[in-house]
Amino acid sequence: MAEKTKGITRRKFVVRTLLGGTGLIIGTTYLLRNPLRRKFNAFIDTGDVPYIGETDEPALWFEVTPENGIILSSPKVEMGQGIFTGLAQIAAGELDVDVQQIRVIHAPTASGNVDDFGTGGSTTIRSLWPVLRSLSATLREMLKAEAARKLGLPVSELTTEAGRVWAGDRSLSYGEIVEGVQDWASPDTPPLREVGSYPFIGRPVPRNDLADKVFGAAIFGMDATLPDMLYGAVARPSHIGARLKSADTSRAASMAGVVRICREADFVGVVATSRMAAENAKNAIEVDWDADTGWQTRDIEEMIRVGNGTPYVIQKQGNAERAFETAPGEIIRAEFKTPIGAHAQLEPNGALAWVEEDQATVILSTQVPGYTQEQVARRLDLKKEQVNLIPTFLGGGFGRRLNTSHAVEAAVMSRAVGKPVKCYFNRQEEFQNDEFRPPSHMVVHAKLSDKGGISAFEFNTSSGAVMHSFGPLPGMMRNLVGSDFGAWRGGLIQYGLIPDFKSVSWFVELPFATATWRGLGLLTNTFAIESFLDELARKAGRDPVGFRLMHIRDDAAGERLKNVIRAAAEKAGYRDEVVGGTAMGLAASTDAGSPAAHVAEVSIRDGEIRVEKVTCAFDPGLVINPDLVRAQCEGNIIMGMSAALYEEMHVEDGELLPVIYGPYRMAQMKDGPREIEVVLLQGDDAPGAVGEPPMGPIAAAIANAVTRLTGKRPRQLPIRLS
Amino acid sequence: MNVQKQQITLTVNGADHQIALEDTNTPLLWVLRDYLGIMGTKFGCGKAACGACTLHVDKEAVRSCTYPARLAEGKQITTIEGLGSREEPHPVQRAWMAEVVPQCGYCQPGFMMAAAALLEKVPEPTDADIDQNITNICRCGTYYRMRKAIHRAAAIGGTREEPLAETP
Ligand code: FES
Ligand code: FES
Repeated sequence: MAEKTKGITRRKFVVRTLLGGTGLIIGTTYLLRNPLRRKFNAFIDTGDVPYIGETDEPALWFEVTPENGIILSSPKVEMGQGIFTGLAQIAAGELDVDVQQIRVIHAPTASGNVDDFGTGGSTTIRSLWPVLRSLSATLREMLKAEAARKLGLPVSELTTEAGRVWAGDRSLSYGEIVEGVQDWASPDTPPLREVGSYPFIGRPVPRNDLADKVFGAAIFGMDATLPDMLYGAVARPSHIGARLKSADTSRAASMAGVVRICREADFVGVVATSRMAAENAKNAIEVDWDADTGWQTRDIEEMIRVGNGTPYVIQKQGNAERAFETAPGEIIRAEFKTPIGAHAQLEPNGALAWVEEDQATVILSTQVPGYTQEQVARRLDLKKEQVNLIPTFLGGGFGRRLNTSHAVEAAVMSRAVGKPVKCYFNRQEEFQNDEFRPPSHMVVHAKLSDKGGISAFEFNTSSGAVMHSFGPLPGMMRNLVGSDFGAWRGGLIQYGLIPDFKSVSWFVELPFATATWRGLGLLTNTFAIESFLDELARKAGRDPVGFRLMHIRDDAAGERLKNVIRAAAEKAGYRDEVVGGTAMGLAASTDAGSPAAHVAEVSIRDGEIRVEKVTCAFDPGLVINPDLVRAQCEGNIIMGMSAALYEEMHVEDGELLPVIYGPYRMAQMKDGPREIEVVLLQGDDAPGAVGEPPMGPIAAAIANAVTRLTGKRPRQLPIRLS
Repeated sequence: MNVQKQQITLTVNGADHQIALEDTNTPLLWVLRDYLGIMGTKFGCGKAACGACTLHVDKEAVRSCTYPARLAEGKQITTIEGLGSREEPHPVQRAWMAEVVPQCGYCQPGFMMAAAALLEKVPEPTDADIDQNITNICRCGTYYRMRKAIHRAAAIGGTREEPLAETP
């Protein structure tokens, strides 16, 4: 093996020809011994955050068509983050083809190319980087070997360029090479090329799904159709903990267009000839829910309190308890809290399923094709291989589609009627059956030394399940790590020069579903820690930039963090003073190895907090596509400011509210910053996490600016002018 | 069930379609998507609250999820598929390409239709015009690029042929 890649111990190439021998498929499987345990051991030892999404068994498959196209089947899904483009840029570097020549598609599970983790945690590019490079290089050598046979020349005399294998001025296109080949040799992986020689790395190649998305041709789950398709609708509860007790379907059954009422132990639904008919009939089902109507927002808030539930020390240096007792100076303390947050992705959840006797096809937007496939198979009593899960473009993911168990409902209804059934949530159902970002409560303590530095620091965070509710792995994860690292993501102290510190995560089980929301705990934990850092800086009489820098280690990670803080401050022209009614706030975080710093410029107009401009410095390591990394920074900033300023679910008599955009206020065009400036740094020579890390500092940056503007420090999200 | 179906005729992107509706209140969105298989117009909320379903009825932006299809009879319905083509894109689409606006892309047809309708009325919109008129929702947070794209589309103007420096 030419390049030793971290974590890869064995590799197996599977090579076969397509039926008819007109193409070539190549795949690979990377196996690890006890990968999870090893990962979590490392994770517990170092307090580092090797997110579980660094998938251990990715498999990527290519197809070379006789028409000289290269199809790359991605086991990871495209939900806007731009991975399809990044993957093509990487592959093109070893394949010697134009990036445009590579078409990236979603791998259906039937292809065998399933990633059992799914897509999330900002892991796609960084986990597939070594895999895809090796695969592409190997494919190139296979093509060369076959070309050598066809041309009757030794491989050593051949070169590749522009999608062709060359021998002097003779050449064959890749498509010509694969034509008619039945058996392929499986050569060793050649040495990988220098990254600097990859022609498309670091280039702002336009995203390869751009035209489809601009001309209305992109197919999302909800757009999928099959011949003879019917429409399903399922009655869904509006209340916490609701269980289906009984349902009177007599009126619904007699309504126009209704084909079948499906009464299962866990749901009641209707199949009809149109979406309208299905919706109307579903609304006519009189469901008796066994629901707890006693819950109010304040009950939930009382549950989520530091001190409740199980504490886990997640990070520790020195002896914080002793330092708080013995070090001179007063203890400074602050509390922060954040509300329940909804995903509110624009495309609602649902699925199209077609169950025939012993096989099922399911088409939907999902971040976990393999897991969804397994859920459907289990419910239908089929083998996993009998279910083909076909992922589509996602109309937003954000963690909401790490559980798409509703695919089961479409499948059950399809089996009942013997036809394809498409069944989708409406918006109210989407809001009330979300798996929410849990509310959080955070308490921070610190002492300042007489030299004006932090001498002791303790962070406590309390929240509901985030990763513990993640379907594929919950039991194992609880055993291995105990704490819910999704809940405390963003809760590690990055100021390593504080002599004594400790970070503690309190886990509480909530009565409704909570799970993964872009960045998990990153936004909320960083809101507390970075607001408090700002507060300490002011107490110490230091500027917030210098105060941060003086507490960060000089190691590699520390230098990268310092660099983004300096770059953001410099680019924004950071100042403490309010000028012309505008104040600046700075905050920084490191998530999944990628540090980000934001400076928010905030004013008050028409009685509302306005984010006028955000300057972001971000270091995701090697940048594959600067324009798409910028887009992720912009998107995180806007989604994060929306959560920081507007978004909040509440609980009233057991009901989760609101149920519609508008009352669930989200940032709109008028609210978004007029200017977003992004500075990209590359502090590592491998690509790192991109999709979530820039979410971290935005709420704190806004809160710190608001503090300067109003003299009052925001202690909770959403931030309101009292 | 024996129900009286209502025949309606709709003109979508210049082509006439006859549809037999079971429910005369069926919103235009569902007629397009489920009866005609025209999928570019998206469902986000069904309550005129997100704009994902925006299209044009006689050049006016309409949220089709709450617009009964029968009201569109005799009018010109334009969806994203009819706004422009890959060969002859609408200025809004050219600008969207140049600014690389979409992320997940789901909200984008609605935004482009809303932007095109705005430009029809206000060829050179100010930021305030944009804020007031473009009230759709994008969860991926592409507003910053959308605003630039709308200004760029205004600069291209109504001419579809004018060459455009591609960015980035
Ligand atoms: S779907 Fe029509 S406005 Fe949301
Ligand atoms: S691009 Fe995803 S919702 Fe707008």
